Amino acid sequence: MLKTKTIMDVETIRKDFPILQRKVHGKPLVYFDNAATSQKPKEVIDALDFYYNNYNANVHRSIHQLGEEATAAYEKAREKIAEFINAQYEEVIFTKNSTEGLNLLAYSLTSGLKQGDEIVISQLEHHSNFVPWQQMAKHLGLKLKFIEINENAELDEESIKKNITKKTKIVSIGHISNAIGTINPVEDIARITHENGALMIVDGSQAAPHIPLDMKKIDSDFYVFTGHKMLGPTGVGVVYGKKELLEASRPFLYGGEMINEVKFDDTTFNKLPWKFEAGTPNIAEGIGLGVAVDYLTKVGMQNILNRDRELLDYAMEKIKEIDGITVYGPKERASILSFNVKGVHAHDVSQILDSEGVAIRAGHHCCMPLMSVLGISATARASFYLYNTEQEVDTFINAIHKVKKIFGV
Amino acid sequence: MDMIELMYQENILDHYKNPHNFGKMENATVHHHEKNPLCGDELDMFLMIDENKKIVDVKVHPTGCAISVASASMLSDEIKGKSIDEVKNMTKEQILEMLGIPISPVRLKCALLSLDTLKNSTLIFEKYMRK
Repeated sequence: MLKTKTIMDVETIRKDFPILQRKVHGKPLVYFDNAATSQKPKEVIDALDFYYNNYNANVHRSIHQLGEEATAAYEKAREKIAEFINAQYEEVIFTKNSTEGLNLLAYSLTSGLKQGDEIVISQLEHHSNFVPWQQMAKHLGLKLKFIEINENAELDEESIKKNITKKTKIVSIGHISNAIGTINPVEDIARITHENGALMIVDGSQAAPHIPLDMKKIDSDFYVFTGHKMLGPTGVGVVYGKKELLEASRPFLYGGEMINEVKFDDTTFNKLPWKFEAGTPNIAEGIGLGVAVDYLTKVGMQNILNRDRELLDYAMEKIKEIDGITVYGPKERASILSFNVKGVHAHDVSQILDSEGVAIRAGHHCCMPLMSVLGISATARASFYLYNTEQEVDTFINAIHKVKKIFGV
Repeated sequence: MDMIELMYQENILDHYKNPHNFGKMENATVHHHEKNPLCGDELDMFLMIDENKKIVDVKVHPTGCAISVASASMLSDEIKGKSIDEVKNMTKEQILEMLGIPISPVRLKCALLSLDTLKNSTLIFEKYMRK
C-alpha cells in the first residue's frame, strides 16, 4: 500500500462542516456512516440557500434574468463535474441518484436485446445494481450471471473470465463494495468486457467520493454515481456515458425538456445531455453538487484517498486488538470497516454506539445476496471520510468495549 | 442507569441469550415464518393448538437482535396456555409493556416482529379452521 503523509489539515476541514459541532446524547457526534451519506460543508448548504433566495427560476426555458442565471449556474455545475471525472460536458447526465442512473441504463440498454442475451453483475452488488438487472432479465428473457467472490472477498479472476463471454451484452459492476469495501479492478473488467464486444457499466457510488476518477483511464462505457455521498445534496446523481453510445441509446424518461420537436404522430429528441433529462430537474441540488466538487477538488482527491487509508489503517489496528471481533472484506480496501461483535447482533452494536454519539450503520447494507454468500444476516459498518479523526476512532473503539461490557461478552 | 443500560437490562439480555421455549416443533398445528426485510430479523413460530383453540405448546426460533429475540421469548411465555381468541387481538402496547423498556421508533419493528408473527399465525389457523 502506498503510504503518503497527508497534507490536508483535518481540523480546518472540520470547521467547514457545521453539523460536526452538534452533540448526540450529550456526547460529541462521531459520524462514521459516510457510506450511507456524507455530511455537507457550509459552502454547499449556502449554495442551496443562495439559489432559492436570489435566483430561483426554471432552467433552459425562462427568458428572463433569473432564468438565465439559474441555467448558467446549473450548466456550470455540469461542466465542473465533467472536469472532475475527466469527461466531456455532454457526457454528464443529471439524475436523482445512482439508483435512478442504473435504472436509466437498465431500461435504455436492454431495449435492443434478444432472449438469451446475457448480463453479468457480481455477488458484491448493492441492490440498486442488482434488482434492475434481475427484473429486466426476468421480463425480457435475458440471462443474468454473477461473478463470484473468492475467499478474500475479492472478485475471483477466473470467475470474471468465465462469466464474461461473447454472449455477454452488458456488464455492470460496482467500483467499491458499499458493504465490505472491496475495490474492484474495473479497468481490467472493462477491457475484458470490450474484448467480448459488450458494454461496461460501473456503479461508482462509493468510489466517486473517495478516489480520483478518470473516465478515459477506466474506459467503461458508463459510470454512475450519486451526489449525497460526496458532500453534495440529496436528490442529484450522475450518469456518465460515452457520447456516441448515449446518442445511440433510447431515452429513459419522456416529457418536457428532453424533446426537440413534438408532433401528433412523433417526437424528435433534444441533444445530449438533455435528451436524458426529462422534466424540471433538481436545480439547487445540481448547483450544490458543483460546489461539492469544487470543495473536493480544493482538498484534492489524492489527499482524500491517502487520508482514508491512514485512518482505516489506524482503525483496523485498534479493532483487531479487541477479542471476538470479525472484520469482513479484503485486506486492501476502501475506507469501509464492516464487522461483527461475537454474541451481539449488529443492531445492538449500533444502538449502543449511538449512546456514545457514534453513528454507524447496521444491517445487510442493501446487499442481501452478498450477505447470504458470507453466511451472515447483518454486519455493523463504520465508514470514514475526510473530516474524521483518530480521536474519533478511539471513541468508537471505547464504545465497542461498552457493547461487550453490556452484553457480557 | 442511563437510557442504554435501561434498554439492555438484565432480563432482556437473559431472554436474548437463552430464549424461552426455544426450538422447533414437529407436528405443529401452525408454523409461521416472518422476516423483517429492513434489518433481517427472523422468527419461526410453532403453535400446538387443541380442539378448544387453546395454545397447549409453543416453540420459537428467532434470529436477530436482542430486542427482537427477547420479544419473541417473552411473548412465547405470554401466550402459552391461552386460547387463540385471547391472543389474536394483542396490541403493540401490550408488547411494549411486556418488554418494559424504552423502545426508540427505529427499533419498534424489532420489538414487534413477534407480534406480527403471532397475528399471522392466528390468521392462518382461523383460515384453516374454516375449511
